[in-house]
Amino acid sequence: MDLQSQDTIKRLAEQYGRENVVVILGSPDPESAEIAAETVVIGDPTYAGPLAEAQLGLAVYHVLENPIKEQIPEEMWEDQIGVMADVLDADGIASAVGAIRDQA
Amino acid sequence: MSLLKGKRVAVLGERDGIAGPVIGKCLEETGAEVVFTATECFV
Repeated sequence: MDLQSQDTIKRLAEQYGRENVVVILGSPDPESAEIAAETVVIGDPTYAGPLAEAQLGLAVYHVLENPIKEQIPEEMWEDQIGVMADVLDADGIASAVGAIRDQA
Repeated sequence: MSLLKGKRVAVLGERDGIAGPVIGKCLEETGAEVVFTATECFV
């Protein structure tokens, strides 16, 4: 995850409280989704950024996961995301992010 | 209870996946407040 993004997320968690912040990802594959989710839950696994060893424990979802999809109007979903939901490995991504969420 | 209602959301999109503004647009009617949007690009 971009170091600036890490710094911003860390600041947002401090500003609003961890329980009030949700991170939503748009990663293209399970591997990158897992790394991004891990960064905001357990800490930057590359130990390169501000979130290295910062166990924020934030709620994190990928936009393709059902708990998020269910809250988006169907027409909006089809217009904005539609095709990408078919192209990307939604099940693999959901599994990867869900596994990290279970560690929070 | 809505998962996102009343929450502050940080959107981390990716160029090769789903971009930040697209996700943000989808969240407009969820009751969430999007406080950060980014679209990352890995080359």
